[in-house]
Amino acid sequence: MIELSDFLILGALLFSLGVAGIFLNRKNVILLLMCIELILLAVNINFIGFSAYLEDLAGQIFVFFILTVAAAEAAIGLAIVVVLFRSRGDINVAALDAMRG
Amino acid sequence: MEQLLFYIFAGILLFAATMVISVRNPVHAALFLVLAFFNAAIIWVLAGAEFLGIALVVVYVGAVMVLFLFVLMMLDINTAPLREGFARYLPVGLLVALLMAVQLGAVILSERAELIGGTIPEPAADVNNIQAIGGVLYTVYVYPFEIAAVILLLAIVAAISLTLRRRGGTHQQDVAKQLSARPEERVRMVKGMSGSSEARRENQ
Repeated sequence: MIELSDFLILGALLFSLGVAGIFLNRKNVILLLMCIELILLAVNINFIGFSAYLEDLAGQIFVFFILTVAAAEAAIGLAIVVVLFRSRGDINVAALDAMRG
Repeated sequence: MEQLLFYIFAGILLFAATMVISVRNPVHAALFLVLAFFNAAIIWVLAGAEFLGIALVVVYVGAVMVLFLFVLMMLDINTAPLREGFARYLPVGLLVALLMAVQLGAVILSERAELIGGTIPEPAADVNNIQAIGGVLYTVYVYPFEIAAVILLLAIVAAISLTLRRRGGTHQQDVAKQLSARPEERVRMVKGMSGSSEARRENQ
């Protein structure tokens, strides 16, 4: 039998790996998007674990909507990356200082 | 048996996630992310969420990751400057990740959270996961479902309008201009066409 805490620890480790990836790859926008996907996957694993544990379908419905929004986010993010590459020639985050923020 | 399978696939999932954040080539990172999604889908199926497991493979591996790979291969990126600072931020990144993992683990494994020892029940043999999800998705959650459709439409419109560009020197149809054309602007009625060849000769 799979235990609930196995799911939660797996989700926690995956979330930590995603956060570490954001620290390590902070120059490359595409890798940052991939790390966000990892973090969302960790959240979804938590939802699935609790949904199975409580025998409540609401968690799985929530994962469905998270998948929808994450797919939309990835599409728009990659479109922004393409426009960025066209106008600047690279996608280095450190070079994004046009707004002097 | 189920627990053994869970540990095997969770191990592969964590290995793939580690490779995603540490590998040098972004294309390899995308492929390792595909591996991670496959293993996550298997784990979801083990937990009884069959519909979402298949949806993860179809939507993420089939669409989102192909989009990532498409953009990675379309853009001619020099990855060397993007890697600089990797070694410099390695200690702080690992420290933050370790701290976060320890904190989350402490919460999950604490006695007061009452999460230890809870096992995931076997799915009943007569329950169809896809049927159950369909039963609530189109009744209880019908408004969120429609909002999700609008969000997807928004994503389509936003992605196309962001990346659409008009280049000079290419021939394109302007549909609005074509539809607003009137006969009076295009056709000129010429009178006295009979014997026109002689008239033209005289004009010359």
